Amino acid sequence: MHNERSRFLTFMLYVGLAFLYIPMVLLVIYSFNYSKLVPVWGGWSTRWYKVLFESPEVWEAVSLSLQIAFINATFATLLGALAGLAMVRFGKFRGRTIFGGMLVAPLVMPEVITGLSLLIFFISLKELIGWPLERGFTTITIAHITFSLAYVAVIVQARLTGMGISLEEAAADLGAKPFKVMSAITLPRLAPGLLSGWLLAFCLSLDDLVIASFVTGPGSTTLPILIFSRIRLGLRPDINALATIIIIFVAILVAIAAFIMLRQQKRELIDQQMAARGDV
Amino acid sequence: MSSVKKEKKPSTDLRYYISLSADKLQSKWKTIVIFIPFAWLLLFFLTPFFIVAKISLAELVITSPPFSKMIEWVDGSVITIRLVFDNFIYIFDDPLYARTYLNSVKIALVSTFLALLIGYPIAYAIVRSKPVTKQLLLFAIILPFWTSFLLRVYAWMGLLADQGTINNILIYLGITETPIRLLYTEFAVYIGIVYTYLPFMILPLYANMEKLDSSLNEAAADLGSGPINTFFKITLPLSMPGIIAGSLLVFIPATGEYVIPDLLGGGNVQMIGRQLYNEFARNIDWPVASAVAIVLLLLLVLPMAIYQHYQAKAAEVK
Repeated sequence: MHNERSRFLTFMLYVGLAFLYIPMVLLVIYSFNYSKLVPVWGGWSTRWYKVLFESPEVWEAVSLSLQIAFINATFATLLGALAGLAMVRFGKFRGRTIFGGMLVAPLVMPEVITGLSLLIFFISLKELIGWPLERGFTTITIAHITFSLAYVAVIVQARLTGMGISLEEAAADLGAKPFKVMSAITLPRLAPGLLSGWLLAFCLSLDDLVIASFVTGPGSTTLPILIFSRIRLGLRPDINALATIIIIFVAILVAIAAFIMLRQQKRELIDQQMAARGDV
Repeated sequence: MSSVKKEKKPSTDLRYYISLSADKLQSKWKTIVIFIPFAWLLLFFLTPFFIVAKISLAELVITSPPFSKMIEWVDGSVITIRLVFDNFIYIFDDPLYARTYLNSVKIALVSTFLALLIGYPIAYAIVRSKPVTKQLLLFAIILPFWTSFLLRVYAWMGLLADQGTINNILIYLGITETPIRLLYTEFAVYIGIVYTYLPFMILPLYANMEKLDSSLNEAAADLGSGPINTFFKITLPLSMPGIIAGSLLVFIPATGEYVIPDLLGGGNVQMIGRQLYNEFARNIDWPVASAVAIVLLLLLVLPMAIYQHYQAKAAEVK
């Protein structure tokens, strides 16, 4: 009986993975299609990659999106790390409930609401203090930091909770000052979490269409905005080519993040085993 | 990791910092750590909602920005506050909006249920896997979440189009002669939501089931309970927190979804996120767009509060 169920579970697992991956695999295959009509196979070709690379609009959008993603990831990691630290290590403080709520809400808030409210906020701010004069790079970056930092905070909180506090306490007992504890113990152990937080924030920013569409201004076309404006009218082989490049790029980033996390986990496991052996 | 957890005593965090608070620098430093992200979120996350609430009570005027002022100085001394509920009355009067809200909730509910049906056995299968396979499978589930949401929706456009992959296969197999209309239907929207939000369902379910004690299942089996009975009496009730967290993570954003109904539903599927975007971008009626946003937010406040409650509880258990 037990065997039967695990066969059912295994079956569902394979179906699920196929469901997740087949559409992406097809997307990649069709990017090498010679035919102008995406679903009609016309033989292997890389002509759509050539079309893509020769389009200045695409290069501009890529450059803008990468810059925003980089600045966003850096600031979001900084703010998210502070927020995670406050939530896990500071016990109770005034405003903790509101703070926690504001850290969870961006994760589930429908993007149209966040986008609209930020746009109206920026316009009201301009009326009030004359800044930001133009919408575009700065406003998109601020909007991205606001929701990315919540994701980073989740990762940092999970990592801090998993780490436990005993090493930090031990260091403090041995006379290390708080700053020393932070720089010698907490930060190095938190580093893999910070890196994956940074990469996640980078990918989230590179991916955002809705919020950027609301807070952008004339002339600032990010990559998702460009892609969206093109695919609204139907399938386009050059977008398949672009999608393939993005998917491979992101997969490499995620693989790096996963590798670093796994290595850290393994190292900690070895440390623990050695410590346990030392006790005996 | 588990051995570290066991060493942790209750309320250690507080004691640790009380012991350090002799250092005056410490508390100042702590305040700064809290203040920076707190101020950021207060300014760029919370304040905008209040402004939207304010605008939703304003009138549409042909100026830039296109809404009337709520607070005005008359003769430099008297403040007049004008609240206009017209936008809300307009939304509640027009059956289009009511229908669109209801349709969004319906689509989100059905998609959440489908995602749960597919996601639950997958999460359970991962929990039952060997440690190395487990890591690989988790990676395989998380990877699509990192890759572009927009492109994953686009991938389905290629599958569902009239000349798309699915129709090509159906015609090749002789099941149909003319393409079946799949793209720009409600069916396409369901597929799109389930596909893109599936990792959000699987991960909380996995996190929850991973912690379940398998000895309970063994005990039930020893006492003569069949696997189906054990599942419904033990595993399912115990995984309820995971089910609730996963379902809310799918339901809440799906209700306000814009990209999926726009790309896969075309003009044929009315969802409120799309309505809001059109109100803002095409009609340039920001007060009505704001009112639509506020009503949507009110609709989602309860599920969001429940989600937050479960998150806080999960954090305490840790």
